[in-house]
Amino acid sequence: MTAPLLSVRDLRTWFHTFAGTVKAVNGVSFDLMPGEVMGLVGESGGGKSVVGFSILGLIDPPGRIEGGQILFDGRDLAQLPEDALRRIRGREIGMVFQDPMTSLNPVQTIGRQMDEVLRLHTRLDARARRARCIEMLESVGISQAGDRLRAYPHQFSGGMRQRVVIAIAMLARPRLIIADEPTTALDVTIQSQILKLMRRQIAEEGASMILVTHDLAVVAEMVDKITVLYCGKVVETGPVREVIDTPAHPYTRGLIDSIPNPAHRLPRLNQIPGTVPDVRNLPAGCSFRERCPRAQALCAEKEPPLTPQRGGQHAACHFPVPATQTTGEPA
Amino acid sequence: MTPMLEVEGLEQRFQLSKGLLDRITFKGGRPRLRNTIVHAVNGVSFAIAPREVLALVGESGCGKSTVAKTIARIYEPTGGRIRIEGEDVSAYGPRRMLPVRAKMQMIFQDPFASLNPRQKVRDIVAEPLLQQLGPSRRAEVRERTAALLSRVGLNPEQAGRYPHQFSGGQRQRIGIARALSVNPGLIIADEPVSALDVSIQAQILNLMLDLRDEFGLAYLFISHDLSVVHHIADRIGVMYLGFMVETAPRDRLFAMPRHPYTRALLSAAPTIEPQRKTVEMELTGEVPSALSLPSGCCFRTRCPFAWDRCAIERPALRDLGGGQSVACHLIDEPQRDRM
Repeated sequence: MTAPLLSVRDLRTWFHTFAGTVKAVNGVSFDLMPGEVMGLVGESGGGKSVVGFSILGLIDPPGRIEGGQILFDGRDLAQLPEDALRRIRGREIGMVFQDPMTSLNPVQTIGRQMDEVLRLHTRLDARARRARCIEMLESVGISQAGDRLRAYPHQFSGGMRQRVVIAIAMLARPRLIIADEPTTALDVTIQSQILKLMRRQIAEEGASMILVTHDLAVVAEMVDKITVLYCGKVVETGPVREVIDTPAHPYTRGLIDSIPNPAHRLPRLNQIPGTVPDVRNLPAGCSFRERCPRAQALCAEKEPPLTPQRGGQHAACHFPVPATQTTGEPA
Repeated sequence: MTPMLEVEGLEQRFQLSKGLLDRITFKGGRPRLRNTIVHAVNGVSFAIAPREVLALVGESGCGKSTVAKTIARIYEPTGGRIRIEGEDVSAYGPRRMLPVRAKMQMIFQDPFASLNPRQKVRDIVAEPLLQQLGPSRRAEVRERTAALLSRVGLNPEQAGRYPHQFSGGQRQRIGIARALSVNPGLIIADEPVSALDVSIQAQILNLMLDLRDEFGLAYLFISHDLSVVHHIADRIGVMYLGFMVETAPRDRLFAMPRHPYTRALLSAAPTIEPQRKTVEMELTGEVPSALSLPSGCCFRTRCPFAWDRCAIERPALRDLGGGQSVACHLIDEPQRDRM
């Protein structure tokens, strides 16, 4: 069996604020195989973006990685000094963020921003760098790439800018891409173009990807494996079809049922009652129990560990949803 | 039966820069006037029956929100007619609109920006009703406010709090209570759930459908999210570049979309069951600028079927029966439809 490319073990990233310590990520573990695409999903406050930023070493005070390991190809990124991380970011791990306007420098041409990546991370000469930039722009579907290198970000539309960001992320042929809500700011037909493009690029380069998103439908179309976060913890993880078709954790189940599904419309959506609790002040036991239809006395006493479930996935629940309740039927 | 809302040939243009100097450009050494008129809405017509939910869908810049804001008379319509329960309000000034506003209220997208941060929730919800009834009936207004807050799922004891003390979903409930306060027959909801997390989105959609039954409301529901629209709408209108390209009852639109853009939109929308997708069609390119509309059909620059006729003649919306209307030349020449 091949070794995982990325192995996150018991990651804890906390933010020390005046109002108390926010345990945004509190004991998250998962493995990512070479070539694998994983969706990291959950609602606002789940900690999904913080996991991505922690891997990249982009946690600034008052935030801190309090513990755990981020093993990337054998090295623990959580222990590496900043200059070593800087050599990994951009070269071995590429990043795509939500807002393509703020992730590009507005006063530099696209060409200069692309060239910078190659100057820092490769030994190519100027001519080879330019050729690689043009090749990359063309492969993300930007025509007249040679001329476009002289253009500034504001001269591109939102969809085109996100293509440029993806091109930059892929330039140095990284082995891992972390994409944080890459299509959330885009229209649906453009989103579909960008998702197809990302999937093709990843497959061609044999890279792995972590797709951070709130949108389960995007995840269902894009990934091999899903990890669901709730209040900074993994509540369920496993192969995409198993998790979506037969979710074991009541939170995953509730999320899926909350999405209107045109294939079988229900008169009422099965909503999750209540709201996400304050992460500074989580209830004892299971964090989800106050919103959970299946909660019992045990849930308040003991926090459930991640345990294997029938579908091949793992879930952190004392009373998982039985397999007979498939998605779409009332709970 | 008189429709709750009737819109006929609605047009909305915006002049981007007012000053002459802003518009002058030089081309080949000669001064020219730049065209800075945005054609946001181009002759849109539809009607909503009492208790009906009509959803307008489309991508950003298609004019769906402009239609909503023009009907709510936040904008002056450039052309066309707006009738609320048969009464033509297209030319009404703010004073004459006041009684009309008791029949029509709006819910906005951003629950953070649409509530005054310096007003207590009680006053936010009471304001439209006080405008209608006058300050002498303050006691009655206060009672109704409390009832409304508890109806939308908020604790009336929290009515003295300010908006920032509530979560996004709760704020959207406040916005709904405010809209309901004057007992309107029509609610215009502009992307009311798109800023919310999915579990909260489901709560708000359920609430809106319950309120429809309870208060006999009609909704004009603006959304870019097809699965949300499928859940809430009775009828759907698809907009592109300020034109209505297709309207149909919900199930019919999803089962047999006729306009190529509708098909592309349905195909592009991600679902949690991708294996069930029936239409496969990918669009290339992007939406043209509303500053200079393409000649003929608005969609031809991205349409995989477009031929010379589409550049010359603008297709009109045609009734296909069963409540479905489509603006596309393919209806005349179905042999060109290769899908």
